[in-house]
Amino acid sequence: MTFALAMTALLADADPIGIAGERAICDRRGVLYFPELRLLAVSDLHLEKGSSLARRGTLIPPYDTGATLLRLQAVIADYQPAIVISLGDSFHDGGGAARMHASFRERLEALMAGRDWFWVAGNHDPDAPAALPGETVRELAIGSLVFRHQPSAVRVEGEVSGHLHPCARIVQQGRSVRRRCFAGDGGRMVMPAFGAYTGSLNVLDRAYAGLFRRETLMAYMLGTERIFAISHAMLRPG
Amino acid sequence: MWGRRKNRTRSPFVPILLGDCAAPRYLWRVTEQPRLAEQNAAVRLPEPFLKWFAQRGWSPRAHQMELLATAQAGQSVLLIAPTGAGKTLAGFLPSLTELAGRPGRRPGQARRGIHTLYISPLKALAVDIERNLGKPVEEIGLSLTIETRTGDTPAHKRQRQKLAPPDILLTTPEQLALLIAAPDARRFFEDLRYVVLDELHSLVTSKRGHLLSLGLARLRSLVPGLQTIGLSATVAEPDELRRWLVSQNPPGGMAELIVVTGGAKPEISILDSEEHVPWAGHSARYATPEIYSEIKRHKTTLLFVNTRSQAELLFQELWRVNEDTLPIALHHGSLDVAQRRRVEKAMGENALRAIVATSTLDLGIDWGDVDLVVHVGAPKGASRLAQRIGRANHRMDEPSKAILIPANRFEVLECRAALDANYLGAQDTPPLVNGGLDVLAQHVLGCACGAPFHADDLFEEVRTAAPYASLDRLTFDRVVDFVATGGYALKNYERYARIRLNKDGLWRVSNPRIAQQYRLNVGTIIEVPALNVRYIKAGSKGSASRGGRVLGKIEEAFLETLTHGDTFMFAGKVLRFGGIRDNECFVSNAPGSDAKVPYYGGGKFPLSTYLAEQVRIMLDDPQRWKKLPEQVADWLRFQADKSVLPKRDDLLIETFPRGNRYYLVAYPFEGRLAHQTLGMLLTRRLDRAGARPLGFVATDYALAIWSLADMGRMLRAKKPSLAALLDQDMLGDDLEAWLADSWLLKRTFRNCALISGLIEKRHPGQEKSGRQVTVSTDLIYDVLRSHEPDHILLQATRADAATGLLDVSRLAEMLSRIQGRIVHKHLEQISPLAVPIMLEIGKMPVHGEADDTLLMDAATLVEEAMGTK
Repeated sequence: MTFALAMTALLADADPIGIAGERAICDRRGVLYFPELRLLAVSDLHLEKGSSLARRGTLIPPYDTGATLLRLQAVIADYQPAIVISLGDSFHDGGGAARMHASFRERLEALMAGRDWFWVAGNHDPDAPAALPGETVRELAIGSLVFRHQPSAVRVEGEVSGHLHPCARIVQQGRSVRRRCFAGDGGRMVMPAFGAYTGSLNVLDRAYAGLFRRETLMAYMLGTERIFAISHAMLRPG
Repeated sequence: MWGRRKNRTRSPFVPILLGDCAAPRYLWRVTEQPRLAEQNAAVRLPEPFLKWFAQRGWSPRAHQMELLATAQAGQSVLLIAPTGAGKTLAGFLPSLTELAGRPGRRPGQARRGIHTLYISPLKALAVDIERNLGKPVEEIGLSLTIETRTGDTPAHKRQRQKLAPPDILLTTPEQLALLIAAPDARRFFEDLRYVVLDELHSLVTSKRGHLLSLGLARLRSLVPGLQTIGLSATVAEPDELRRWLVSQNPPGGMAELIVVTGGAKPEISILDSEEHVPWAGHSARYATPEIYSEIKRHKTTLLFVNTRSQAELLFQELWRVNEDTLPIALHHGSLDVAQRRRVEKAMGENALRAIVATSTLDLGIDWGDVDLVVHVGAPKGASRLAQRIGRANHRMDEPSKAILIPANRFEVLECRAALDANYLGAQDTPPLVNGGLDVLAQHVLGCACGAPFHADDLFEEVRTAAPYASLDRLTFDRVVDFVATGGYALKNYERYARIRLNKDGLWRVSNPRIAQQYRLNVGTIIEVPALNVRYIKAGSKGSASRGGRVLGKIEEAFLETLTHGDTFMFAGKVLRFGGIRDNECFVSNAPGSDAKVPYYGGGKFPLSTYLAEQVRIMLDDPQRWKKLPEQVADWLRFQADKSVLPKRDDLLIETFPRGNRYYLVAYPFEGRLAHQTLGMLLTRRLDRAGARPLGFVATDYALAIWSLADMGRMLRAKKPSLAALLDQDMLGDDLEAWLADSWLLKRTFRNCALISGLIEKRHPGQEKSGRQVTVSTDLIYDVLRSHEPDHILLQATRADAATGLLDVSRLAEMLSRIQGRIVHKHLEQISPLAVPIMLEIGKMPVHGEADDTLLMDAATLVEEAMGTK
């Protein structure tokens, strides 16, 4: 399939949503794409979380960085964005970039080549990643949008953020389904965590208090084939 | 005389059967059987013991003397005896007599170490033994110390025990693991003579048993002359336990065996109810008035059920009819400890008339005077029934009285089969499985925490434990590698290794912190994620309320299906769900008593292979129907008339249309777990054949699949043929493909990850909640499976799942049994035999439908409401 065809298919699949007037696609793989801006946003990659825990004696499989990059590679290949924004906590800790296996570093650099790449500073990685290209910023304003890691406490229009790792839960027919999700009320959007080892926090948790207009809050839950838009009233805590 | 014997020649094995004594009181006299007298000639109790027995007009029982003789001959021994046969005293007799003959410690002489280690599966049992053993020890006038060491023992006492060990230490498998992981283990155990293992039959079948067997192997290395004494209820394969007790180097070694049979035969009956026996369900609500009148007629009644929800329901129902307000109590493992202890205490004081309980092990030890056991629901296994009934009348010489209450019609058949089995003395305890690699990983780290080890030595030592006798070196080395660096193909973690191979060829812990973490995470008991159930404080309102009483713990998975305002039963009350906050579930009392009790675990145990076969035999033999209640026999006659009854080795498959769907019902009688696996695999195959299956439901007896296409017609046209559909090859690729995504495997992986130490249950200074662990192990599983599918931990997970949650081994046996024996009956409508499982549809969660379908339903509702589509 040619790129143009693939793109058409992707765009037809998803119903674009509006964030402060900008058209965006919530991709079921957990990235946000703005077709007019040719901008792809991804949040909370938490690269090298495995080795970060291994340092403290929990030897979980060292494949998370590879797995996360593989998935990132796939979405970048599909959308071919001109701009990529990694919305903070790109590395699980400040030493992550330095610890990264050479093969992974090469893969990451190949992904970055030919694009404008922004590392938004996160609480896990406040400084620029060691010896990697791309520009490190505290936050970034593009058009009517502003990209930052932590959602601001005051309500702002057009903010895209991460940090909270949102997920949502519904109960249907006595069964419970919990998925990562995008959480948005039309004005701001909190993105799901993309990293392979990242956990998640229910959008009804107190940590989200005051962020959204309840009546228009939607959880865009990540399904295996598509995104499911679920309204606030159907969501369950826990 | 009582010192260590240097000469340990192995006597030829003579199993000593004490016969089916009609009057077990004979066992109190030693001289009844000449053969025994001859054997026991060399054994004499020390004078104080004889005096003690004589003062009470007692004499030691034959098996007690036999055990003493065997132990004094330097042999390890397994004693199999029913409850009330004086097992515990028998187990301690070699230690007590030896300690009695030991000269006292002179001033200035070094302190002696532990002489006897007693290990039981229950903390409570250890505490109980301390009390029960202390009395005779004092009365005989023995000067020896007995102490317990459990998770509840305060740190200062444990510290003191290290410096001044008691002669007899009563403890649990986890504590043994901790003791051998301590740097002073060798010194601590240097004087050890005996290890007494109580309730061995219940220990050996689990991962706790695997860990314990490795601990024993370690002890045998530390103290080469060590003898073991196993105490067990009756089991199907005593030889497995006999091997378990001794070193398997040379292979096949066995402990001596002493079997005490008999005791009075229990009087067991099946309730022949005046009421209509339901087609399906597990509540047995129909029988409540009849159960109540039995309670009134007896002093103390013990009511056993299979699940907590059944316990809750039965308790509610009994109180609904309890016009005389008899003291009836509830006891199960989820209740708050304080409440459980209160119930146990009241029980011991004979203050209760009835107690509803889930499992013998949940309960404390002091039973009071139980004169009736009521078993509600089918017992699922003949051995389990025997053990539960054994709880009534702790004295061996009086018959126990028991009534079985089948909850539905299939259970009537099952109860009948169990009852016949009990009379035949049939046993169906599960066969032992190979030791888990996750457990081995934990043990390897524990050994390193104790002392540096050489891999060759540890490998040889581990193989002396029966569950690990067939372990190969390659696998062992992979486990050691896993403990060191995670054992990943990508060698990324060398610098973070937990144990390191030094130049001297010894593996050492790389950091003292590792040992500290190990001690916090020892053991194989993984708790299901559960939340406290707490009352919303009376009078307070809104989300800020807290501080009410805790009622107990309840599984998170169940709570997740509840919505604010739902009512459910717990702790004998109907409660209203008020939400979850900070890992606690808040509830209030719900006035009125109509609880919406959603599905909450059907049977905890699957039907045993043995009982399943008995049920099939019964179906095939109309002569035996005479023993069944009339309404049940009628049901079977109807089935014979409308469809057909399967022959004992046949598999009956019925197909019929109903509503706008087509149903296929199979009757393998192989237990819920195996049926669930079969259901998963069959729906995959039917889907490929174009039958468009929608879902399935599995019970202990049958499996029902429903579809959009006419499966009956497809099977008759041999597209596909039944033989092809049920071919054994489904256990190959189909199983692999399905397993890959199954939550069952993720659950199993979580346990393996926790036991093996990949993930910590507890970290110094913090408790991980079940939720946090679940999420992360699921993610780890996904990553590991796609990047290193042959990793040792995935290997351990698959092995576990095959014997555990999936019951693949049993399914495999069934598929091979039914080759050429599948009977297909195509019907115009539902058959009588199919009614029970058809009623389960809608009550049980339906498998085979993707979670996405549920999301789709939810999303569609939104779209409709919003008018976007």
